[in-house]
Amino acid sequence: MKKKLIREVSLEEAKALKIRKKVAKEVSVAIADAVAQCKVDVISAYPITPQTHIVEYLSELVNNGELESEYIPVESEHAAMSACIGASAAGARTFTATSSQGLLFMYEVLFIASALRLPIVMVIANRSISAPISIWNDHSDVMTMRDSGWIQFFAENGQEAVDLIYHSYRIAEKSLFPVAINIDGFILTHVIEPVEFLDQELVDKYVPHLKMNYKLDPKKPVTMGAIGVPEIYTEAKKAQDEAFNSSYKIIINAWKEFEKLTGKRYQPVEIYKMEDAEVALVIMGSLTETAMNAVDLLRDEGKKVGLLRLRLWRPFPLRDFIKAIGKVKAIGVVDRAVSHGATGGPVGIEVRSALYQSNKRPKIVNFIAGLSGRDVTVEDFIELFERTYHAIKTKPTFSYKIYGVKE
Amino acid sequence: MPKEEGLISWKKLAPGMAILKPGNSVEFKTGDWRAFRPILDKEKCIKCGLCYVFCPDLCYEKDEEGYYISNLYYCKGCGICAQNCPRGAITMVLEEEI
Repeated sequence: MKKKLIREVSLEEAKALKIRKKVAKEVSVAIADAVAQCKVDVISAYPITPQTHIVEYLSELVNNGELESEYIPVESEHAAMSACIGASAAGARTFTATSSQGLLFMYEVLFIASALRLPIVMVIANRSISAPISIWNDHSDVMTMRDSGWIQFFAENGQEAVDLIYHSYRIAEKSLFPVAINIDGFILTHVIEPVEFLDQELVDKYVPHLKMNYKLDPKKPVTMGAIGVPEIYTEAKKAQDEAFNSSYKIIINAWKEFEKLTGKRYQPVEIYKMEDAEVALVIMGSLTETAMNAVDLLRDEGKKVGLLRLRLWRPFPLRDFIKAIGKVKAIGVVDRAVSHGATGGPVGIEVRSALYQSNKRPKIVNFIAGLSGRDVTVEDFIELFERTYHAIKTKPTFSYKIYGVKE
Repeated sequence: MPKEEGLISWKKLAPGMAILKPGNSVEFKTGDWRAFRPILDKEKCIKCGLCYVFCPDLCYEKDEEGYYISNLYYCKGCGICAQNCPRGAITMVLEEEI
């Protein structure tokens, strides 16, 4: 007789075990549902592939009266972010989402959102940048806002994207910094996944009503965005930088609180089979799950390989990263964006810089892979691991390789 | 010109450099980089107030005798008042010649 793999669980038992109902949803729709659970006041967005489903579904919720929010169908992404800035400055909880050229079109105002300390939450359905025009997934869009002062997360799957929505509102509003949640375009946005949501009661507890200390209020006037003359600009940037770096603690605390409520643990750097690893790859986003399969196959052959995934990209979790690399002899960094003329891809540069002053100095190789949605398969990851192994015995170089390009 | 120094400790700034006191821009000295200064010849002045109307910085104020006098704390020396004075009563003079 076939062994019964799934045990039936009674409702009471499920409650005691904190098992929640899973629903099959397109990840974009699931994200929209989580945003609605956070009771946002203002949604301001412009459609762009592959992000559109998120705000389309939110507009449906507002239209059907299921969500009491102001939905502003703006004329551009620049206006989308500007409207979020205005609403947020007036004390509203805001949401927007975009991709690729849309993100680039709102670029100028991104820096204003962070410098004015406005807790806006944005989902970026990562897509490559034109030209050549492409709608497919890589990380070249978000890497342009690397230095913008936004807290930046990368989700691996739909469940994480949903949980990060809850986390982000809590983190943004406690730290007073905007948060960008990166999800791989199409690979995540257009996939149907079983997702579990927090009960509304828990969401209300975890993401309480927003109360801003300073906001645009005629009864208590403040000035936001005044001129920063040379005698004050440096001090303003120092204050912003100190506050941004200390948002790390707020992020960790928000995750600890989430663990207490749900039993789910979130960390800045996720590790997979790193305990005795000699060689590791550093990855962000959904490719990690493919790479895990490669790790399993190589482990079956006796190769000590592991994975590091950066969930938190900004502020860069330096100490967690150094701790997580364990005793590896070589690291292969898989970048998904090109930084033309640089010493590596954006993540490669970061990793080299992070380890330069560290006692741990593994060999580092930098690959750029999966541009514009080109598949990076399990076989590809096995090849990347082998190349990283090779680096142990060879002289280190400061260059990077665009992987899988046809000569 | 002396090198700029910080006006206030970064630790004392409100988040986002928000300014909590309304209307304090009057304390912001904007006239310190002026190259030309408007000098009024009261003999020629007819107190018409066109300098007051045209000044882009609203820095002209009426004194007790009814003359319009520029407030040098704000005046940037643009010379618009001198250009528009119908009687040629305002002369722009280089600061170092005063």
